[in-house]
Amino acid sequence: MRIVVAMSGGVDSSVAAGLMVEAGHEVVGLTMKLRDATATEREGRAEGSCCSPDDLRDAASVCEALGIPHYVVDYRDAFRKAVMEPFARAYLDGQTPNPCVLCNDHLKFAALVTRSKALGAAQLVTGHYARVVETASGSHELRAAFDTRKDQSYFLFGLTQKALAFTRFPLGEMSKDEVRATALRLGLPTWDKPDSEDICFVPDGDYARVVTEILTEIGEPRRPSRGALIDESGRVIGQHDGVHRFTVGQRKGVGASSEGRRYVLGVDAATGTINVGPPERLMASGLLARDAHFISGRAPGPDDVVTARIRYRHVGEAATVRVDGPHLDVRFLSPVRAITPGQAVVFSDGDLVLGGAWIVRSQELKPGADAVSPTASHS
Amino acid sequence: MIYFDHNATAPIDVEALRVAIATVSAAPANPSSVHAAGRRARAAVERARLQVALALDVKPSELTFTSGATEALHLAVAGLVRSGDHVLISAVEHAAALGACHRVGAQIEVVDVDGFGRLTPEAFARRLRPETRLVIVMRAQNELGNLYPVAEIAAAVAPVPVLCDVTQAFGKIPVRIPELGVRAAVISGHKVGAPSGVGVLYAAPGACTRPVFMGGPQERGRRAGTENVLGIVALGEVCARLDERVKRTHELGPLRDRLADELRARLLGFHEHGDAAARLPNTLSFRLEGLAGDLVLPAMDLEGFCLSSGSACASGSLTPSPVLLALGLSEASAREGLRVSLGQGTTTVEIDRFLDVFPPVVARIRAVLLEN
Repeated sequence: MRIVVAMSGGVDSSVAAGLMVEAGHEVVGLTMKLRDATATEREGRAEGSCCSPDDLRDAASVCEALGIPHYVVDYRDAFRKAVMEPFARAYLDGQTPNPCVLCNDHLKFAALVTRSKALGAAQLVTGHYARVVETASGSHELRAAFDTRKDQSYFLFGLTQKALAFTRFPLGEMSKDEVRATALRLGLPTWDKPDSEDICFVPDGDYARVVTEILTEIGEPRRPSRGALIDESGRVIGQHDGVHRFTVGQRKGVGASSEGRRYVLGVDAATGTINVGPPERLMASGLLARDAHFISGRAPGPDDVVTARIRYRHVGEAATVRVDGPHLDVRFLSPVRAITPGQAVVFSDGDLVLGGAWIVRSQELKPGADAVSPTASHS
Repeated sequence: MIYFDHNATAPIDVEALRVAIATVSAAPANPSSVHAAGRRARAAVERARLQVALALDVKPSELTFTSGATEALHLAVAGLVRSGDHVLISAVEHAAALGACHRVGAQIEVVDVDGFGRLTPEAFARRLRPETRLVIVMRAQNELGNLYPVAEIAAAVAPVPVLCDVTQAFGKIPVRIPELGVRAAVISGHKVGAPSGVGVLYAAPGACTRPVFMGGPQERGRRAGTENVLGIVALGEVCARLDERVKRTHELGPLRDRLADELRARLLGFHEHGDAAARLPNTLSFRLEGLAGDLVLPAMDLEGFCLSSGSACASGSLTPSPVLLALGLSEASAREGLRVSLGQGTTTVEIDRFLDVFPPVVARIRAVLLEN
């Protein structure tokens, strides 16, 4: 069987390819070229995290070691339009975007699936930590990886049945240690390459600079608004350089008051206001989300209790989900901390990923009432 | 594996390489050394220079060995042009020629081609200015296979000197430098079966004496650095049998034409590029509507066929072919470009095999694209 493996140049996708070769498949490595080298990468000042020119070379040398063909696919334009531009524009709206989900939805599990089929492949394999399970009825489920510390199913909630039917994640049943041991056993040159945790086009972690660079490149005249830091009593406690430097729950750049630590409670891009306050004000018992996608095609019933994760690394909180026109109304059984507009809320039932949606804002439930109002931090 | 990418690099001429290895083994020395082994290496280099000179119909003293055509172009341009000089260059030149002009800070004016990639002497003559110092035009275009009337262009722009890139023509059609009427010309070893890493600059007496690499007296002070003896000897050996090579390439014409005719008959949206009236016998440049070259190329590679989308350099940089853009194609169409370039070993069986495999692969890709 001909199988395409999406190879980022990291150890995970290297091992995925190695396992497919070992299983006797005809394996083809594809690496997406998503962007040009940044100035820092060209000057060798920062290690690229994913899909940098060095990673392309690493992917090629792994394929060489495995004796399989390797091709580079130029998705620079698509990546810019589908991922980098929305990323930068989200900050203009005071949101904290999640570009990895967009990349999965629009490139890896859309364009790359089509390309793999065009190459005559029967499957697309990636090095994600997640699992695809085929049900008795022939539909496909997305399930969390066995290694819960590495599980990446959060980023994959947007996968369609069509994409899942074509995709496999061979690392879903392995631990990271097993993956590294396998890389060593297979003699893959990436066996000791550090894990990448950053967003690939922000390898040095300087989000503010990258946002400004993208906005300049796409000719967007607007810039993230500047304004005041305002505490819970409405007092101006300082000025800031742009709303893109703040995310809900952040402490850095906010300062402390005599009463103790303060956190960003909300970002209002329209006025440039950053609301800050004590940590207990970060707690909220509900949220509103948009553009929901459910993998089975059906949303949970209004009385079903599911687990909702509001960011990657969030362990999840029991919640109910109601479809409300174009929105999802998510209510947590216990309050959650720092609901962040722009991030995804992802629902699961045990290890079964049900789907997810994009967070618009948090909202506070009035006990015993159906009507909800936004939390104070966003008013 | 079936190799249809001879314009990128020709397979090594094993006989020439064998002679080169034997020569270098018998003279394991630096050609600049005064001892016997050094003198033998020097003699081998000079013998090769004579072989290349005979093939090009020029004097050995007019040739400078370089690391390849790119360096030869830089040496030529550096010798003929100074910063600010006006240079006329065809729109379909190799990127190395353009790069060499940028390197010296020339004032570059591009001479456009028509939709078939054709160039006329008048187009160059019209753009001449009093300060024009150089005209650059190739004899054969690497992506399209088009042949250009270099002698006529040289006559039309005289006395402005012409630099001719004969890299792609050399070994495929007869090339006699005196007939071209040019001041300088360049060739590359790996296009004719020598190893990569050797090239030649022809320069008329007194021209192109300004070195780019300095620090040694090699090549009469025009190019410092120890000579690539192995590559030079192999190139010389290839040149000694160049007529056979040209004859064999000529015989590829009917194979190329049959391939083009069959593809046109079998595939929807097939468009051939280039000048049917004047082109290399081995090159077929075409596109298939709606099919990006970067989809077709890997798919055919998996079936064991080596093709290219545009030039090898352009496929590495993943951008639409500048040559196809120069024909007036849109960016999307330029990304659809494919090139089949046949060579010395190409057989009818290989063409048949390609015709068996290519249409079904195209059909599969089109079906997938239609469905998504």
